[in-house]
Amino acid sequence: MGWQWIVPIVSVLYLGLLFAVAYHADRRASAGRSLVNNPTIYTLSIAVYCTSWTYYGSVGRAAETGIGFLPIFLGPTLIAAIWWFLLGKIIAISKVNHITSIADFISSRYGKSPLLGGLVTLFVVIGIMPYIALQLKAVAVSLDVLVHHLDQELSWDGPAAPWSDTALYVAMILALFSILFGTRHLDASERHEGMVTAIAFESLVKLGAFLFVGLFVTYGLFDGFGDLFRRTLADPQLRRLMTFEAMPGGYVSWFSMTLLAMMAVMFLPRQFQVLVVENVNPAHIRQASWLFPLYLLAFNLFVLPIALAGRLIFAGQGMDPDTYVLTLPIHGDQVWLALFVYLGGLSAATSMVIVEVIAMSTMVSNDLILPLLLRFRSAFREDLSGMILTLRRGIIVVLMLLGYLYFRLLGESHTLVSIGIISFAAVAQFAPPILIGIYWQGVSRRAALAGLVAGFAVWTHTLLLASFAKSGWIAESFLTHGPWGMAWLKPQALFGLTVFDPITHSVFWSMLANTGLLVLVSLFDRQNAVEQIQALNFVNVFEKGARGGNEYLWSGFVSVGDLKKLLARFIGPIQAELDFANYLQHRLLKLDEMAQAPAHLVAFAEKRLTGAIGSASARVMVSSVVKGEELDLHGVMRILDETSQVIEYSQRLELKSRQLEAATRQLQEANERLQELDRLKDEFISTVSHELRTPLTSIRAFSEILRDNEEMEAGDRRRFTEIIIKEAERLTRLVNQILDLARIESGKMEWHVSRVDLVELMRDAMDAILQLFQNKSVRLIFHSPEQPVMLLADRDKIIQVMINLLSNAVKFCESGIGVVEVQMRATPEEVGMAVVDNGPGIPEEDLEKVFEKFHQVHQARDEGRDVPLGTGLGLTICQRIIERHQGRIWVESRLGQGATFTFLLPRDGKSA
Amino acid sequence: MTIKKQRKERLVVLIVLGVLAINFPMLSLFSQPRTVWGIPVLWLYLFLFWLGFVVMIALVMRRGPAERS
Repeated sequence: MGWQWIVPIVSVLYLGLLFAVAYHADRRASAGRSLVNNPTIYTLSIAVYCTSWTYYGSVGRAAETGIGFLPIFLGPTLIAAIWWFLLGKIIAISKVNHITSIADFISSRYGKSPLLGGLVTLFVVIGIMPYIALQLKAVAVSLDVLVHHLDQELSWDGPAAPWSDTALYVAMILALFSILFGTRHLDASERHEGMVTAIAFESLVKLGAFLFVGLFVTYGLFDGFGDLFRRTLADPQLRRLMTFEAMPGGYVSWFSMTLLAMMAVMFLPRQFQVLVVENVNPAHIRQASWLFPLYLLAFNLFVLPIALAGRLIFAGQGMDPDTYVLTLPIHGDQVWLALFVYLGGLSAATSMVIVEVIAMSTMVSNDLILPLLLRFRSAFREDLSGMILTLRRGIIVVLMLLGYLYFRLLGESHTLVSIGIISFAAVAQFAPPILIGIYWQGVSRRAALAGLVAGFAVWTHTLLLASFAKSGWIAESFLTHGPWGMAWLKPQALFGLTVFDPITHSVFWSMLANTGLLVLVSLFDRQNAVEQIQALNFVNVFEKGARGGNEYLWSGFVSVGDLKKLLARFIGPIQAELDFANYLQHRLLKLDEMAQAPAHLVAFAEKRLTGAIGSASARVMVSSVVKGEELDLHGVMRILDETSQVIEYSQRLELKSRQLEAATRQLQEANERLQELDRLKDEFISTVSHELRTPLTSIRAFSEILRDNEEMEAGDRRRFTEIIIKEAERLTRLVNQILDLARIESGKMEWHVSRVDLVELMRDAMDAILQLFQNKSVRLIFHSPEQPVMLLADRDKIIQVMINLLSNAVKFCESGIGVVEVQMRATPEEVGMAVVDNGPGIPEEDLEKVFEKFHQVHQARDEGRDVPLGTGLGLTICQRIIERHQGRIWVESRLGQGATFTFLLPRDGKSA
Repeated sequence: MTIKKQRKERLVVLIVLGVLAINFPMLSLFSQPRTVWGIPVLWLYLFLFWLGFVVMIALVMRRGPAERS
């Protein structure tokens, strides 16, 4: 049997194996023993990055440019270093918002704009379709090469007719696989475990095959690396491949290719699919961020050796370097190795096509066709879930056929590498709106739109149309003289810029236009409420407090039943019922069908729908059932302003609250002091009124007795009149003392300080009060010193103090046996007097209180005396007067042993 | 939180150093048709860098004792 039969049959068998692997993985998943929940499988699925372009094209490029193939793999290696937080954020955002494609990501970030989603999808289709065609071409070419080199008698007669073309059948099988394992459920946020496992399996096959052929070439055809490089360096033609000379565009091109590859490994639709959508656990990034670069390293280890070997062995034979991987084993008569290598290439091509087509079908259905369909037929009410799945399957078939048609059209015009890099440059346009958009809240929808359109316009002009011109599809003069002869628009020398190679040239202008417009327009644009909420949700996806703005997106009215019916139309009634029940149970809510759906329930339904039909369509559909204003604009703005500044404010708030606390404490203390003072004042007033009333009452009572009893005896009349006079005197004294005290305390008392003799003052005081002592038969003793005791003081006030102390003493002394003695007291700095009595004394606990206002009154009453002995203000006034003279006054006493009142005044320097 | 922040800083420094290491002018030092151990220096440098970079990422991403708990 000829090879032209064996190879296709082996191909189909291999694809059959792929189905088996995927089927097995799906079975495991539904049994709850997922294969995909594993960082190694995740890493291997990311290796879908290595397509047939890597497999065959790298060698081709290395054969001509030396290390020129490496930036495509060094770029991903570099960016993988920061996946842990960059990719981690993108994954977190996508999970929270049920995002299922790169178009949906951009659309959702910028206010769920259907226009942006559609545009991105359109760009993806234009940019990636050649890339898919390229894979089909690689399959077809590798098969042809294998068959024709093995079967020498078969002559090459150009591409086969479509019905006998293996590539068409491969495309159809791949479409079938994608439909079976890529569109099982509608909710695209559910993972496709079978597909991912099959891709991981294919990554192992292609790596294994490439390592095998590399080892065979290096150690089978040559004598190891040393031998290979020695012979290369000996060849003056190949010698330059060992340095940078062979790299077209030099270091600048090297840099721009690295940059493109960095973006491509994240934002190619298939990469986004496996990295973000199929990610089971963000923790898997941890391993992937070093294992994936290691995989790339292993893959590229033998690229240059194979390329050099091909150049050395096939020198001058005109062999296409892209086919060295296959032709070298055939040259070495290793037929089965060649077949294995072919299968490796088939793996690389098919895995790329499968994931790319599934990712694109989601985009095309959710962001291109559904929004249009829902717009024009929004009235229809039937269950749409089946229809959408059919739509996706149809899209897969159409995309695959388009890829095939493109491949037939493409013909022989392009080498593999140029198409791949054009696709890279296309998806790199998504990097600014995504990367800037997830870190800078201010990027607006119009800015993203302007940047993307400009970037793609430049890309189309400088790369796509230029490549068409090179292929001869449009006139050559487009390249050489510019469109319509306008030289400044020459696609590879825009505005006369000629220092760069074509790729760098395009990357420079497109990125400048894209990023420049994105930033500039944002600075001058105003975001609407939905944009602001989404920007906040994306940028602050890890901030717990700032999230949840979604709930403010809806303020209109919709019943729970209507909402459920809407969801049921897209995900099926059973699933909708289940989702609602779960949600309400989780939130501990009980809502019947007629109840108004709370805003968070509407937001939940919208997210659930987003997973199925994309964010833009989901928003359109939900707003079609929500009645009334869908969004309270002013409220939202206010909330947003508040939320977005929460972090900044909270710090200031903390500071303020600390200050407030301190102020509150001070206020509290002040308030307590005030209350205490207020209480004292009230007490004082009530005491004063009481003290004033007592003599007044007795004066009034005795006056009335005198008035009413005219024939009262003269003796009684006289006694009563005296009482009245005494009480009146007491009243006068009391009023005077209150006035004195008030004057002292308010600082209005006038002080007449002069040099006085303390002894003389005491004599005056004793003279003034002597009558009192004689009346009560109390002895007054004063051993006066010979020398006068001079000091500076207010004469009248000091006498007042002395009289007060003496009268106090006589008051408490018992008539007949009472003795009051005045003694001189002195310390080095002070001089003063003590008034000692032999009265009942003062209880210890009252010693401190006797100088308080009206204190004595209570004491007198406590002892049951019927007539108060004093005003209770005398000692207070004494204390104030002595303190005013910078002196001190105190009392010493023991109950039953009399009391000693002592005052000391500072000595005057001139006194003797 | 500090572990995460520190790791983020390390990763950023790593990628910056990586970009510097494999671009002009560092690369031009190795762009010569010489061999070390029979291997062209440019090729050797790039692949050794690659391996070293992978090891560095793995080291930074290694789960610290604080995270394991």
